Amino acid sequence: MKISEKIYKNTFMVVAFSSLVFLTGIVLVLFIEGLPAFSVTGVLSFIFGKSWYPTSTPPEFGIMPLISASFVVSVGAMLFAIPIGIGSALYIHEIAGEKQKMFLKPIIELLGAIPSIIFGFFGMVIVAPLVQKLFNLSTGQCAFTGALILGVMAIPVVCSIAEDALSVVPRSFREASFALGANRWQTLWKVIIPAAGSGISTAIVLGISRVMGETMTVLLVTGGAAQIPNSIFSPVRPMTSTIAAEMGEAAVGGTHFHALFAIGLVLFVITLILNMIAEYIGRKYRLKLGLDV
Amino acid sequence: MDNNLKETVRVKADNINFFYGSKKALNGINMDIYANKVTALIGPSGCGKSTFLRLINRMNDLVTSSRVEGQLLLDNKNIFDKDVDVVELRRKVGMVFQKPNPFPKSIYENMAYGLEIKGVKDKKFTDEKVFESLKKAALWDEIKDRLNDSALRLSGGQQQRLCIARCLVVEPEVILFDEPCASLDPISTRKIEELIIELKQFYTIIIVTHNMQQAARVSDYTAFMYLGDLIEFGPTEKLFTVPKDKRTEEYLTGKFG
Ligand SMILES: Nc1ncnc2c1ncn2[C@@H]1O[C@H](COP(=O)(O)OP(=O)(O)O)[C@@H](O)[C@H]1O
Ligand SMILES: [Mg+2]
Repeated sequence: MKISEKIYKNTFMVVAFSSLVFLTGIVLVLFIEGLPAFSVTGVLSFIFGKSWYPTSTPPEFGIMPLISASFVVSVGAMLFAIPIGIGSALYIHEIAGEKQKMFLKPIIELLGAIPSIIFGFFGMVIVAPLVQKLFNLSTGQCAFTGALILGVMAIPVVCSIAEDALSVVPRSFREASFALGANRWQTLWKVIIPAAGSGISTAIVLGISRVMGETMTVLLVTGGAAQIPNSIFSPVRPMTSTIAAEMGEAAVGGTHFHALFAIGLVLFVITLILNMIAEYIGRKYRLKLGLDV
Repeated sequence: MDNNLKETVRVKADNINFFYGSKKALNGINMDIYANKVTALIGPSGCGKSTFLRLINRMNDLVTSSRVEGQLLLDNKNIFDKDVDVVELRRKVGMVFQKPNPFPKSIYENMAYGLEIKGVKDKKFTDEKVFESLKKAALWDEIKDRLNDSALRLSGGQQQRLCIARCLVVEPEVILFDEPCASLDPISTRKIEELIIELKQFYTIIIVTHNMQQAARVSDYTAFMYLGDLIEFGPTEKLFTVPKDKRTEEYLTGKFG
């Protein structure tokens, strides 16, 4: 009895702590393999350097073009995903009847189940040529196309989490608002959306994370030029696709190899900061509303 | 009371039938509700008390596939008429719910909400109304120093009094209470009851309660409902001491419900 209880307890403890082990392992490897790159170039000139020519002689390892590419593509993607994702959530929650809801929700969730490689080649084969023709560009594989495709990919994440957040707002808030003479839109804007606010901001952050971490799609549709973009139609090379594209050809243990790890490290830090900001805002917000004390 | 000529009818139910889909929930209700009195609706659970109450501010409009027949007159105007502005009606007829339902906003924001959605921009006017209503609801002294705290941090009883105060801000004439003390402890219940008695000098009050002592304590008139019918209506004292209908008597003596 006692022994079996101990075994249970320890088994679950090992399971629960395995994530911690994985996390530490990954972070450790990122640091061990990434830091040597900084000792070659220096942290600042690595991050703010404007040229990424890892295979020229002498090589140059400045990742500003890659960071700005990730930034432009992610911001662009969220400009699509936030209004459409939250708009759909509001529609499904507030306007759609039972029938429409039963059909819309699964469709949007199905969109989220499509593997990213499919979005990637769809973007490359269909959307990029279309963008090229439409805007009269030399190539359709550019930041705009990347943002468009990634935005579509983030819609299901944003929509379904935002819809969940809206649907857990107690009915009683709605009734109180109507009883005070509010109409449907006032109730939505002034009561329901604020009450669902922390869930909606979670939806946005998870959308951003999905977009920032996405690799296959951007590799296929953004064109791959490691320059700081001067317009949304410039071909770009975001951080993730740089790692994916170059890891195979970089000599293990060489500076290029370490630099790719260092990119991973920078990406990790950026995502971490984003998550922390979101967590902080979410907590302050919930505290202010008194939703959990 | 036949000999009391001072009483004016504020709300008059005229042969009201109500249906949830095909299910009939109210059968030809006729009732007069007097101004500046407290009218209690009692009866076993599911007999249609809330349904009737929610007709008076047309909250049942939110129930799809529901249907109403008959007339409900508020100051001699049928509130089911097409030209009635529901928003106006709901400002005139406030409602306090079974479970306290303050918004997840500050105490002040909760109080100001009714004016905000009305488009009132005058901060001084809003302040005045908010403070005045909090005082009327006997909540001012307890919370005057923390108007910016979240309303959800108040105790259950305070939350319910805040909900009462919140509906006073838009200056209703009639206030509907749907079992306002159902989730409260005896002390908070007491405070709400005192408040209701206090408020009837300004408002016409209708309260649903499953607590007969409560009905006896706060109301001037009582209506006993059973299975969608209004069985008996009269001055509370009479109805409780000499009920005319056998079912009323059985309910009051705890034989059912
Ligand atoms: N939204 C609804 N849809 C269908 N039936 C309902 C709804 N609300 C109440 N009812 C039914 O109508 C009857 C009266 O309910 P209600 O007015 O809530 O009773 P009470 O408040 O006296 O307990 C009950 O049989 C209840 O099940
Ligand atoms: Mg009820």
